[in-house]
Amino acid sequence: MSVVLNVQGLEKSFGAVVAAHDINVTIEEGETVGVIGANGAGKTTFVNMVTGYLEPSAGAIEFMGRDIRGRSVRQITRLGLCRSFQVPQVFLSESVFDNLMICFGIAERDGLGLLGALMRSDRGDRVDRHLARYQIADYRDVAASALPQGVRKLLDISMATVRKPKLLMLDEPTSGISAEEKFGIMDILMQALKEEETTVLFIEHDMEIVERYVSRVLAFSQGEIICDAPTEQAMVDPLVQEYVIGKEYHRARSGDGSGNGAGEGEAG
Amino acid sequence: MTKYMDRTTWALTIGLVLLIVVNFFVPEWFRSILLLSLARGSVALGLLVLWRCGLISFGHALFYGFGAYTVALIVKYLGITDAFFTIACGVVVAGGLAWMLGFLLRRYRGIFFALLNLAFSMILYGVLAKLESLGSTDGISLERTTFLWYAPEGAANKFALFIFAAILTWGVALAVHHYLRSTLGYMTTAVRENEIRLEFLGYSAERAIHVKYTISGLVGGFGGAIAAMTIGHVDPDSMAYWPISGDFVFIAILSGTGNVGAPFIGALIYELIRTYAFDQFPEIWQLIMGGTLLLIVMFLPNGLWSLVDRWSKRRTGRDRLEAEREKA
Amino acid sequence: MDSQLLVIILIDGLVYASYLFMVSVGLTVICGVQKILNVTHGALYAFGAYLTATLLIVYFEAGWPQFGAFFVMLVSAIFLGIVLGVIIERGLLKHLYHEDEHIVVLATFAAFLVLEDVLLLIWGTDAYIAAEPLMLLGQTDIAELPFDNYSLSMVLLSAVVCVILWYGLRRTTFGKMLLAVIYDRELSQAMGINVTKVFLLTFIVGSFLGALGGAYQAPAISVQPGIGVEVIVLAFAVVVIGGMGSIPGALIGSLVVGIARAAAVHMEPVLELFVIYMIMAFVLIVRPQGLFAPAKPRKI
Repeated sequence: MSVVLNVQGLEKSFGAVVAAHDINVTIEEGETVGVIGANGAGKTTFVNMVTGYLEPSAGAIEFMGRDIRGRSVRQITRLGLCRSFQVPQVFLSESVFDNLMICFGIAERDGLGLLGALMRSDRGDRVDRHLARYQIADYRDVAASALPQGVRKLLDISMATVRKPKLLMLDEPTSGISAEEKFGIMDILMQALKEEETTVLFIEHDMEIVERYVSRVLAFSQGEIICDAPTEQAMVDPLVQEYVIGKEYHRARSGDGSGNGAGEGEAG
Repeated sequence: MTKYMDRTTWALTIGLVLLIVVNFFVPEWFRSILLLSLARGSVALGLLVLWRCGLISFGHALFYGFGAYTVALIVKYLGITDAFFTIACGVVVAGGLAWMLGFLLRRYRGIFFALLNLAFSMILYGVLAKLESLGSTDGISLERTTFLWYAPEGAANKFALFIFAAILTWGVALAVHHYLRSTLGYMTTAVRENEIRLEFLGYSAERAIHVKYTISGLVGGFGGAIAAMTIGHVDPDSMAYWPISGDFVFIAILSGTGNVGAPFIGALIYELIRTYAFDQFPEIWQLIMGGTLLLIVMFLPNGLWSLVDRWSKRRTGRDRLEAEREKA
Repeated sequence: MDSQLLVIILIDGLVYASYLFMVSVGLTVICGVQKILNVTHGALYAFGAYLTATLLIVYFEAGWPQFGAFFVMLVSAIFLGIVLGVIIERGLLKHLYHEDEHIVVLATFAAFLVLEDVLLLIWGTDAYIAAEPLMLLGQTDIAELPFDNYSLSMVLLSAVVCVILWYGLRRTTFGKMLLAVIYDRELSQAMGINVTKVFLLTFIVGSFLGALGGAYQAPAISVQPGIGVEVIVLAFAVVVIGGMGSIPGALIGSLVVGIARAAAVHMEPVLELFVIYMIMAFVLIVRPQGLFAPAKPRKI
């Protein structure tokens, strides 16, 4: 297995606030990594830095053996590191189909090729297959603004996978989704990503989701990684129990499942 | 491919044939109105391209004036009256200016974008009105336009100019139409609605805007060049002053952004209302124009084309309009 | 540069700056509170100039006490501010506050076109000259050059307007309500401020200031068609330079533009017209929010 992402000594501070301190992570091909941590622990900041949205104060980021620190969001996206958003970022006035058509158009063409017609029937077929894989084909012609939250989440994630990324980062795929829906949506998602053999890293507050879908956990607290271990091991790690999950989680496993009592999630 | 059959191309072509046929029968004054509609419609088409991504320019007289003055100055200083050459220069010069300003303007959105355009157009106005070599406030009169070796006299000149302008405008409209249907063109919506997502899809919103701005400058210059040849005279007040930019926005909102043909229909209606009002009620023609604009803004904010959309929606049952309502 | 030229530039610049301040301060007040760029402001200026000019002609023919002329200006400005202000705000803007900012500018542009013709219908295309107040105040020699006292008095008027506005905003309840609405409309509404009323009153005050600018300028110019068109775009430039909605911004913007223009007029007349827009473009490029952008609340 080859290394997809290698992050060394990543630092970020906003004024006096340290949002990331000495972050070292290596992700190998085919892994499914969960990132957990309380609000403000630095999870989204980490994703933002790796995807080029935020410039790190120090450290090195290597993606597929290439130094990507300081590159723009779109350069990194083009290299095959894509992300989805905690709050879905879609083109609200367009239909689901048109949203994906635009994504496919941009992913498939470059430079002058972008002057080719967007609405080609072969591209339409690819979009329809994509919609089927994410099981949102029923909503094909519905405007994105009119979608139920779960479907909009799936649309957002499916838009991020159009480029067939080597590594996909999902920012809280189940936030804003009801407890009944969440496993259904995660099943669809993980199945689709497995078919595309995508390496996945996702931020998640819900420990049930983490235990069920993730092979390895990165636990963040106050800008530092306090635990990097296989899931079962991480769940019983004393530091994780103290700072992330809360001690009651394993005793009670009650409530909405987000053991640390996380509310709205942190601002992206 | 039949699924994406293109009615607009057909409609534009039929429109061109109609115009050429009509050209044989119309009186001189109406031909001028049609010519000016093509010219102003082109500038409004440039605004449409920007408007689709949510940007409005309050200074597109800048490109209109640049195109017009380029033609006039070539006639005055180089003595070249050939329509093909002068129009090409007008388009290239205005487009080049748009491309250069684009590096700056692509960083701006909303009212700042609109006002920065206004500022640039007023700088041009100031230069044109003050420099003696550019004709000052009196402007420059053009000699009769020639077409390669063909130099028609009298009424035949306008007749030839009309066919020339109609064919070129048809080409311009088709090119813009093709652009809007391309992947780059569809990014309009992406830019308007979610620039962040566009970046994370791997394309620069600013570059997309830059392309749009350059295109709108090119067609703006084209419109100005046609107008200069039609009127036979350029001066700062009728080519570059701020109310001229207002007229273009007026035409654009009257037309709606639904289709590349709309600005030309809008421009024709605008010219007709204006000519009629000016002729019949010279004291209150501005009042009539302002009143019309107010009615459009209040009751038909998506322009005349939204009527066509509504009609075709009833026929095809597409839900696009629904989506637009939702957004509004 | 010799000192005489410097004095001329400074004084001319100051006078022109006062004129700009008078026409732009109302615009910026409306812009700050209602978040709209109000093109009809140019028409208010023109109406102010026309009404004052005609009234002054009548007034001086009747031979009433000469200094009452200034009272005439004030009364016409108040009259126009209330009448036109109410008509425009209640009749038009009220329906447009939820619309896109571009649409509102267009609507006021349309209303401006209508008002321009109403102006022509009432006063025709003739020029009106009512220079009596200008004569009345005489001239003063500064650095051996004659300056109209009337023009100099415009500096005084601007200063007075400035002080009154400052006092009104900082020391009165209405002013504090206004500041609250400028800062955050929704929150102010939630705190029980009647935003509808604040909007109307602001618009009346802003319109009054526009009309006053025209009224006071009337004796110094030939009042003729097109003055509104010219003024509004100048006022736009000043407001953009100073920062949309900022009164100190309008003041500084006016001074910068006024002195730059005076320098251009006396040193390089070719630059006169576009030096203003050069500054406007420059400011938009370097500091798009303007020199004195009002503080914006964080919306997250």
